Amino acid sequence: MSPPLEQVCDVVVVGAGPAGLAAAAAASGAGRRVIVLDQGIRPGGQIWRHRDRSALPTAAHHLMNEAKRSVIIPGARVIDGRSPHDLLVDVGGVAHRVRATALVIATGARERFVPFPGWTLPGVVGIGGLQALIKSGLDVKGARIVIAGTGPLLLPVAATAARAGANVRIVAEQVPFRRLARFGLSMLGRPRAIAQAIRYRIAFRHSSFATDSWILRAEGSSAVNTVLLRRGGAVEHVACDWLATSAGLIPDTELAQLFGCAIGNDAIVVDAEQGTSVAGVWAAGECTGVAGDAAAIVEGTIAGAAAAGSNAVTPRARRHQESGRAFARRLELTFAPRPELLALADATTVLCRCEDIAVGAIDPSWSQRQAKLWTRVGMGECQGAVCGPACQSLFGWTLNRPRAPLGTPRCATWADALQHANPDDAR
Amino acid sequence: MTGRVRLVINGAPHDVADDLSVAAALFNLGIMAFRADGSGHPRAPLCGMGTCFECRVTIDGVANSRACLALVRNGMTVETTT
Amino acid sequence: MGTVVVVGAGMVGTMIAYRLAEAGVRVTLVESAFAGSGSTGAAMGHIVVMDDSPEQLALCAHSRARWDELAATLPPSGEHEHAGTLWLATSDAELAGATARVAGYQRAGIDACVVNDVELYRLEPSVRRGLAGALRVPGDAVCYPPAIARSLAERVMALGGALLRRSVASLAAHRVALDDGSIVTADAIVVAAGVSSPSLVAGLPIVPRKGHLVITDRHPGLVHHQLVELGYLHSAHTFSGASVAFNVQPRRTGQLLIGSSRELVGYDATFNHDLVGQMLDRATHFVPAIAQVRAVRSWIGFRPATPDKLPLIGRWPAEEGLWIAAGHEGLGITMATGTADLIVAGLLERTPPVDPERFRPDRVMPAMERVA
Repeated sequence: MSPPLEQVCDVVVVGAGPAGLAAAAAASGAGRRVIVLDQGIRPGGQIWRHRDRSALPTAAHHLMNEAKRSVIIPGARVIDGRSPHDLLVDVGGVAHRVRATALVIATGARERFVPFPGWTLPGVVGIGGLQALIKSGLDVKGARIVIAGTGPLLLPVAATAARAGANVRIVAEQVPFRRLARFGLSMLGRPRAIAQAIRYRIAFRHSSFATDSWILRAEGSSAVNTVLLRRGGAVEHVACDWLATSAGLIPDTELAQLFGCAIGNDAIVVDAEQGTSVAGVWAAGECTGVAGDAAAIVEGTIAGAAAAGSNAVTPRARRHQESGRAFARRLELTFAPRPELLALADATTVLCRCEDIAVGAIDPSWSQRQAKLWTRVGMGECQGAVCGPACQSLFGWTLNRPRAPLGTPRCATWADALQHANPDDAR
Repeated sequence: MTGRVRLVINGAPHDVADDLSVAAALFNLGIMAFRADGSGHPRAPLCGMGTCFECRVTIDGVANSRACLALVRNGMTVETTT
Repeated sequence: MGTVVVVGAGMVGTMIAYRLAEAGVRVTLVESAFAGSGSTGAAMGHIVVMDDSPEQLALCAHSRARWDELAATLPPSGEHEHAGTLWLATSDAELAGATARVAGYQRAGIDACVVNDVELYRLEPSVRRGLAGALRVPGDAVCYPPAIARSLAERVMALGGALLRRSVASLAAHRVALDDGSIVTADAIVVAAGVSSPSLVAGLPIVPRKGHLVITDRHPGLVHHQLVELGYLHSAHTFSGASVAFNVQPRRTGQLLIGSSRELVGYDATFNHDLVGQMLDRATHFVPAIAQVRAVRSWIGFRPATPDKLPLIGRWPAEEGLWIAAGHEGLGITMATGTADLIVAGLLERTPPVDPERFRPDRVMPAMERVA
């Protein structure tokens, strides 16, 4: 039993993706002492988590360089907080207590999974999940991969897989062609994004890209070996070693909710300065709405400056912030999961993967809490991180507010974090 | 240039690149089942980033460690729970 | 007795409704959320015989026997298991105190014995060394309360009863007004609304006593019995002020449920970091291996406490046909079966299984020390 390692700074940033790094750069640039807490092995978030740092884009190099003025703690999970300005952190099993006058939440996004038959087979992974695994060293050379999902994330992941030598059998977008084309037209004012999309498409040029297409089921015994793909009006069997699939991205609002920040439309509600409904707490990046890395950097810069008490935000940044928010709304409307995706599971399809609860055990008229207490749905290790959003899609439920601890610290780590280094602090 | 480290996985030694996550190392060795569900069916990582907890294995004796969030280390022991 | 309305579908309310329906009474259960949604859903689920007073011992002993009869009919999700309780003694003095209580347990028909340190470590190898021994009550059980409340509510409906998902606006003699303006009349009304009961029936001496619980990930076989420190009794007795005692329960899943804290702070559901820190400290102190076990989730519940530590069971004289079954504090799950028997006996004018006099809701109470 030992008290937590105490650290004090001006601004603490949670998340070292594009938004978090930009916030840290802005706050440290304004002369503030900044600590960045990040769950990953390396900073960069999901998008810049490459093992090979030379493959990173210029913006990433720039921000990582700027971030050297901040203290970045990798492998750090905020498990609890006495207040938003007094965080309890698990760093590889060692308890830390980080106090700051300002908190910037930049926890990014997660994938939304909607259950379908066979989704628990090994080899079925998220789309961001496949990218994360490849970036952490998964060897996909020669592997047959089906990528099926929705939204702009499909392209970089297909490109990553193809560049890594995978045989990308097909990239399936659930949205109909006309809706996708309209979205494409709306992007004409963003030549850089279009150029990027073209580079990605060239990278997986040997694979077909199908709209109006989605997975009906995955089959296999010890791992996935075939998927049933609905393509246009027909159903195809596609043999594969990996199926990367998800129903899009959702903001990660867990930490914000722990401190009571207002949530709207599944995202942290922020004002023009990226301030949340809780005083002294700012939020930036995909946890406030999914709009990609460029928007995240702008928001992070604004949030970092505001948290540092500086008003050095340029009119150009303001314009980018506005267009980023508009883009987030457009993404949401364009790539909302189609109703057919919500009807794939049968009564025996697993809903809660931690507790092995099937869809058939649930009555849609219940609340999330009722389902949890009556059937154990969402009671397992992931604390509803996977089945919660699934229930939200399938049954329209409001999600339970998270409770401490976030993550799953060892009891000793949490106990240590709750000790007072100075006994006078204890009441 | 990456180096190599030796892992002991389910009792057997394996040499792998030193910059892999434990999850990637297991998959690269053809180990597709990280744990078993209540009826014994195999499970493996879904989200790849530590949120879904399907990657949990025993690492250096610590049960329910997330393979997606751990980097391989020389001498590390890993046990799947299938 | 033709019709009865039971207000509250927690463990006590659903048990009463089930026993009444079984006896042929037409029952209407009124519940604002769902069966087991209140303190029942937050409870530890320890079916334990406690002996603070002869009345408590008698009702616990009868109740546990009735749980044993019911157990065979419960669904697997109810997770009823005879884990037994080990009350851990940290000193010879504590062990001597426990020894003195064995005779009382045995007189009540409860198997209990004192085990020395050697036997304790044989039973529970993961308990820390240096303890004096334990009081062992092998017949105590653990269960998962909300799933049982659900099952009982379903039985009530299968027996022809009704479940109204409504809040109660007001209560009067033989009539319950619901929040949608409708009125339900009955020969008798039983208020089994736990901590909410005083908001329905003015003057009930019940205050919320807040508790925290933490549940861990799965480590089957690490702990076999419900483990409680004998010092728990002191914590449970001190009425005002905050206290923490070591209390760990093995769940069927292999998870450990870690308690327990007690606070009188009204309905303030704020997470108390210092108390949870102390709870975790005590857990790792008594079972060092818990240090390496991962905490998955915590929650808060409110026990319906009375000043004399006994529940309120029986007729409420202020209104014709009004009965109370509430105020069980931490023993609502244990005493649900016995409480139901007392209420059924009262309503149907049968012989009660234990003397109901000391549970009368209108008995003279010591003053509430402090209600925050």
